[in-house]
Amino acid sequence: MKRFLQAAMLFGVLLAGVVVASQAQGLRSVLGTVLPYAAVAVLLVGVIYRVAGVWGRAPVPFRIPTSCGQQKALSWIKPSKLDNPSTTLGVIGRMALEVLVFRSLFRNVRTQLKPGPKLAYVGGWELWAAAMAFHWSFLLIVLRHMRYFTEPVAGFATMLAALDGFFEIGVPTLYVTNVLIVAGLGYLLLRRVFDPQLRMISLAADFFPLLLLLSIVVTGGLMRYFGHTDVASIKELAIGLITFHPVVPAGIGSLFFVHLTLVSVLLAYLPFSKLMHMPGVFLSPTRNLANNNRAERHVNPWNAPVKVHTYEEWEEEFHDKIEACGLPLDKP
Amino acid sequence: MHDSGKILAGLVVFGALVTFPVWYHAAWGGPLVKPRLPADLAEKECIAPTAYMREHHMELLNSWRAQVVRDGHRSWTGENGRQWRASLTKTCLRCHANKADFCDTCHSSAGVKPVCFDCHVDPKGKN
Repeated sequence: MKRFLQAAMLFGVLLAGVVVASQAQGLRSVLGTVLPYAAVAVLLVGVIYRVAGVWGRAPVPFRIPTSCGQQKALSWIKPSKLDNPSTTLGVIGRMALEVLVFRSLFRNVRTQLKPGPKLAYVGGWELWAAAMAFHWSFLLIVLRHMRYFTEPVAGFATMLAALDGFFEIGVPTLYVTNVLIVAGLGYLLLRRVFDPQLRMISLAADFFPLLLLLSIVVTGGLMRYFGHTDVASIKELAIGLITFHPVVPAGIGSLFFVHLTLVSVLLAYLPFSKLMHMPGVFLSPTRNLANNNRAERHVNPWNAPVKVHTYEEWEEEFHDKIEACGLPLDKP
Repeated sequence: MHDSGKILAGLVVFGALVTFPVWYHAAWGGPLVKPRLPADLAEKECIAPTAYMREHHMELLNSWRAQVVRDGHRSWTGENGRQWRASLTKTCLRCHANKADFCDTCHSSAGVKPVCFDCHVDPKGKN
């Protein structure tokens, strides 16, 4: 609980600061223009530095995939092509399933001691479902937001908005992703707070991003469904940002600046946080390599050259003496 | 850097996705169009202040629909006490006569598709 309270307090101070700053008219040009630019710059530089400068420099001399099935062996043993891929195609399939549908989360098996006493391994689908609900909703929400950043509005943004608001509940229409993302993030946060084992292994850095994302979703939802804002002015601000002629139109509510500032914090925080699993999943050597250690020889590139003296060389060196003893020779 | 080809390709894709609005706008972007009103308006003031209407017009229209269609009340009192006829066609469209010049400018740039004209007729437009 201590680490949750640490994160909650840290986040509370941040949120209070942002709320106070959003009230000040003088700070609007900072929150509305300077901060978003700085945040995107930190995001780009930070991600590129960590991926190319840190992770890219780490050598991966051997194949170390986690094998979750039968390795390719003899022709009459059925190999597990996705769980223990031996080809690049299998690796692509495995990675695609991991990135798109979080297949490994389905193995969230936990051990339980049931009355009897009986030891049971219980599979859980809740973590997988919440992760799917959150990540996919988040992606769709980001794509939907492109309606603010494109003029004329990009076709996919209108299409997704129509699909998302399919049920036409209320005015403005309720987006299904908004419900799903709150449910998903809520579950992911509450499981860390209320499950004793998970609370034990959770750090402040696990709670903080969840609180940040949840507050971004809540401020966005408040603007759409309850408070309402001048959407046309917000679009003016967004187009100003991407055309590098930043403007902060008058009449935008302070809630929008809270939302925008929290998004800027998220973008700038991303390269320093666990959220780097976004590029990290592609660079996991335990998943992005084919398990072909037995079929192909992988030589460690920085091995020191070993001086060897083969039998052929030895036989040639002592050829006459061996012959004189009457011993057999490979090359007489 | 190891596997530099694959890593750089991934980073290029990442950078392109993050900066999508910038290059999309440079290639296909157009100017933002502001809503226009005709020069001769039937009324001097709107039923509610502009700032309120900008943020809440959809709620107001929705409540008008509910009171007219479900309860049969045609009368609506504005903040200054003035009585208005709760009607999109006979109140709003008297001044905001041109849907294409007024409603559609913001709605299309905000990517919003209101359902008003599923039932209502746009008097100046092609129906």
